[in-house]
Amino acid sequence: MTAAISDDRVVSKSTRRKERGLALLFLAPSLLVFGVFVFYPLIHNAYLGFYRTPPFPGLPKTYVGLDQYKDVLTSSDFFDSLKTTVLFAVMTVPVGIALGLALAVLAHQQLRGIGIYRTFFSSTVATSVAVAAVIFGTLMNPQVGLLPWLGVNPHPPILQNPTWALPAVAVTTIWQTLGLTFILMSAGLQTVPDELLEAARVDGAGAWARFWHVTLPLLSPTIFFAVVIGTIFAFQTFGQIDLLTQGGPLNKTNVLTYFIYTELIQNSNEGKAAVLAIALFLLTLLLALAQIRFLERRVTYER
Amino acid sequence: MSVEAAGIGVGRGRRVAGKIARYALLTVLAIVVLFPIYITIVNSLLVPSAITSQPPKFFPTNPQWSSYSSAWDAGHMGEYLKNSFIVTILITVGQVVTAVLAGYAFAFLQFPFKRTLFVVFLATLMVPFEVTIVTNVTTVNDLGLFNTYWGLAVPFLATGFGAFLMRQAFLVLPQDLRDAAALDGYGHFRFLTRVAVPLARPAVAALTVFAFLAAWNQYLWPLLVTSGDSHRTVQIGLKQLRGLSIDQVNVTFAGAVIAVIPLVILLLVFQKQLVRGLTAGAVKG
Repeated sequence: MTAAISDDRVVSKSTRRKERGLALLFLAPSLLVFGVFVFYPLIHNAYLGFYRTPPFPGLPKTYVGLDQYKDVLTSSDFFDSLKTTVLFAVMTVPVGIALGLALAVLAHQQLRGIGIYRTFFSSTVATSVAVAAVIFGTLMNPQVGLLPWLGVNPHPPILQNPTWALPAVAVTTIWQTLGLTFILMSAGLQTVPDELLEAARVDGAGAWARFWHVTLPLLSPTIFFAVVIGTIFAFQTFGQIDLLTQGGPLNKTNVLTYFIYTELIQNSNEGKAAVLAIALFLLTLLLALAQIRFLERRVTYER
Repeated sequence: MSVEAAGIGVGRGRRVAGKIARYALLTVLAIVVLFPIYITIVNSLLVPSAITSQPPKFFPTNPQWSSYSSAWDAGHMGEYLKNSFIVTILITVGQVVTAVLAGYAFAFLQFPFKRTLFVVFLATLMVPFEVTIVTNVTTVNDLGLFNTYWGLAVPFLATGFGAFLMRQAFLVLPQDLRDAAALDGYGHFRFLTRVAVPLARPAVAALTVFAFLAAWNQYLWPLLVTSGDSHRTVQIGLKQLRGLSIDQVNVTFAGAVIAVIPLVILLLVFQKQLVRGLTAGAVKG
């Protein structure tokens, strides 16, 4: 990147200085936002974690060093929350991607009017997390006739049911993200050359074999990307939980983000919330680094 | 891939049957995907007692539109929509401007620590917003921005993703273009506004739609920095409607429809740009 300075152009000192000033001017707005709202909070979190929040407001914070980190990160509450977070990702990401891919493959045919089906399949991008949660949450209200009529009427009701609450939030999420996954997978399919599929067909490969041995391997970068991004998004799930279950029943849907939120807002425990936030950050970082390592091995950058 | 390629005349009946089966499968799946939206629209037009009855009604034979006026007025959806529009536009404009400027700097300007700064921009992508709320809530309070449009928008006025997207878009423009423009006496600013941005219009459009969508759908941050109806966004308004009792459940459904309509319009108009925005980075073109 830095090698882009062309040697054949005579660059005077003053133009170069002007360019530096301009670059600073252009980068300053972004850097200001990042500094104040991304990096400062990140560092400040680590600092907040060293102080225990007093039980009553107005009392001084007490410096406890790493004690609070140890207490929070070894507590069963944290462990349960981590388990729920991972479980939620496991419930949503693979199923979501498989469904999105299946729809994308089906919509990748040359049929008259296929465009309208593509629009239908991508339609849930118009919904937000809140819209999806309100729709599904209201439909899962046992007083609403639809599900009981279909024979779905567990006791306690779905969203208060320790067994079904998390899967119900997962179903809501899968539906809400289906449009996005479909669009991603469809874009991936566009990169699979038709000649390759045609050649496989001539060689006598059936539809399933073509999918399994040609399409899927060529699509693996897209799928990998979707898995990583999907997992990172799943770890950030908040709205559905707040609107559907508030972390309950019996903390069965208390994912890490919701845990942070309740500690910060309801319990006003800044110190504990900060430690939990750092745990969430490290979890995300781990995933992102794994992705970079993987991609570096197979992607070449232009320029 | 295409069925048309099959032999002419041979197995024509089978071909037609296969086609019908494909359409049937696609239609069934479309119905499954669209059903939650469909039943929401139907329920928004029913009286609550019809929504709670069994068997449920799948068609509003006698549509009751009053739920929409209830959601709009008593449910404050009109006000929430206005707030959402203002905040979303602030965020979208802010993100596009900062991304264009930063992207341009990384693509066309020479300055020290360029590589390091670019890594800093990318590093922001690895910090989930949820991680930063503990401090950001305090910061916004200290800045006196609690319950204001700026308070809702300010953490999102720049993104690493936007800068990255614009840098990539500028990098594929021929380098000669800058040299030629310089010979014509174009400074960087004029080159940016008259040449680079117009040529990178697809990327700008993609970023705009993407930023709009993300801003419109925000939930956690508006929940944290607003109180009362004055600055609440549509998504938080839905939380209020979700709390309505069962004899107003039609209003809840109407609220969900109201919240979706602006995005449906946006996406129908800008479908292509959205697809480009969402898939940028996912697929190497």
